[in-house]
Amino acid sequence: MADTYYQPEDLKKFKDVADFGPELAEKFFEYYGAVFEEGALSAREKALIALAVSHTVQCPYCIDAYTTESLEKGASEEQMMEAVHVASAIRGGSSLVHGVQMMNKTKDLSM
Amino acid sequence: MIKSLKTQSHKLSDPAYQLQVLNNYSESLRDLPRFRDKLKETDLFPLKPTGIEIFQMNVGYMCNMTCKHCHVDAGPDRREVMKKETFRQCLEALRDSEATTVDLTGGAPEMNPHFKWFVEEASKLGKEITVRSNLTILTTAPKYRALPEFFAKHGVEVTCSLPFYNKSRTDRQRGEGTYEKSIEALQKLNGIGYGREGSGLELNLVYNPAGAFLPGEQEPMEQTFKRQLSRKHGIVFNKLFTITNLPISRFLNFLLESGNLEDYMDRLVTAYNPAAAQGVMCRNTISVGWDGTLYDCDFNQMLDMPVEEDAPRHISEWNELKLNNRTIRINQHCFGCTAGAGSSCGGATT
Ligand code: SF4
Ligand code: SF4
Repeated sequence: MADTYYQPEDLKKFKDVADFGPELAEKFFEYYGAVFEEGALSAREKALIALAVSHTVQCPYCIDAYTTESLEKGASEEQMMEAVHVASAIRGGSSLVHGVQMMNKTKDLSM
Repeated sequence: MIKSLKTQSHKLSDPAYQLQVLNNYSESLRDLPRFRDKLKETDLFPLKPTGIEIFQMNVGYMCNMTCKHCHVDAGPDRREVMKKETFRQCLEALRDSEATTVDLTGGAPEMNPHFKWFVEEASKLGKEITVRSNLTILTTAPKYRALPEFFAKHGVEVTCSLPFYNKSRTDRQRGEGTYEKSIEALQKLNGIGYGREGSGLELNLVYNPAGAFLPGEQEPMEQTFKRQLSRKHGIVFNKLFTITNLPISRFLNFLLESGNLEDYMDRLVTAYNPAAAQGVMCRNTISVGWDGTLYDCDFNQMLDMPVEEDAPRHISEWNELKLNNRTIRINQHCFGCTAGAGSSCGGATT
């Protein structure tokens, strides 16, 4: 048993998920690769989006991977931090906007 | 002033120790595949030249800068510079050589006292001349400030280092103030036509990662640099070459000190690309050291690995036929040339 839930070296073993189910893994990785290719969005923009999403899902593997990826694709520190703020703003905003629901319910229940 | 590893008598200034680190430093490095075996899998072993197109001369390790990643361990405290006699021997060799390009590197090649004389002589031979400039040197003393015009007069291609399109990352790698000076030099070069369409004056930039990561694809990176430099400073240039940092000398020191060595080597090995191996630059380049010793490339030069014994080992013994038949000497550092899209002094190789 590992003594922590997350092991940095496990990131390199991501592809090993195929050991327990090759067909779906193959489909997934093919799709995954295609998603990150240059397209209407550049590979750098996609890396920055992935970096923001990684912070939203708070996945340490993804944060490591897409920090490296963003650097490799030529993103600056400023761009990377702005991406994290976008994630953070959406997370904060999505909590706060539910405040309207709370207010509505409060009004429903109140005299 | 930051001192070179050599002046510090640092362990890593010993090439034999560097090779030992790359091969044996830890279990995970020992477990990595050997470059030789990878070449065998690709049917490229023994590695042979395809000819000599580029005649690269390292005219000295003296430099006005002391960048953290420098594979030459160059700096103001280095005293090794090519003598006039060796330059003459290079001209002799070049006279009947098939090589089309003379590539001048260092240190800061401009600091060699015979630099201008040699450029004049080499251009008479009708060879294309490339100078690898760190840019900042062109903003220092008046004799260096006047060099852009001299380059233009002789149609010299200027290939210069700019690790990033912003100040913080550039200065972290190359020293405080580098970015501003580089921009000033680029604007000067642009001012006399370098990098401008139709001028025939070629200005290329070299991007290399400021840390333990690989360079991204060359083409999109070039677009990003062009957009950013034009928007921020009105700078134009021709091509961007993406170069992978090879794990030797000061970059190796950084990898060790930052605890990144194992992961970086693993990245390089995992990213081994057979097509990039086909195109490694040692196959069409010869590297001449400041003392006239011949090497397969500038990296082998720094690792004190001259061309194999059966080949002529000094510029005074130049024999192109024999050099073309030599076997190129390789070691684990070579994985830096074959990762991803490949890396050479002319950027990606695939
Ligand atoms: S990387 Fe270039 S500019 Fe920097 S110290 Fe080395 S030779 Fe000089
Ligand atoms: S390090 Fe030198 S010898 Fe090795 S592959 Fe690269 S260019 Fe060739």
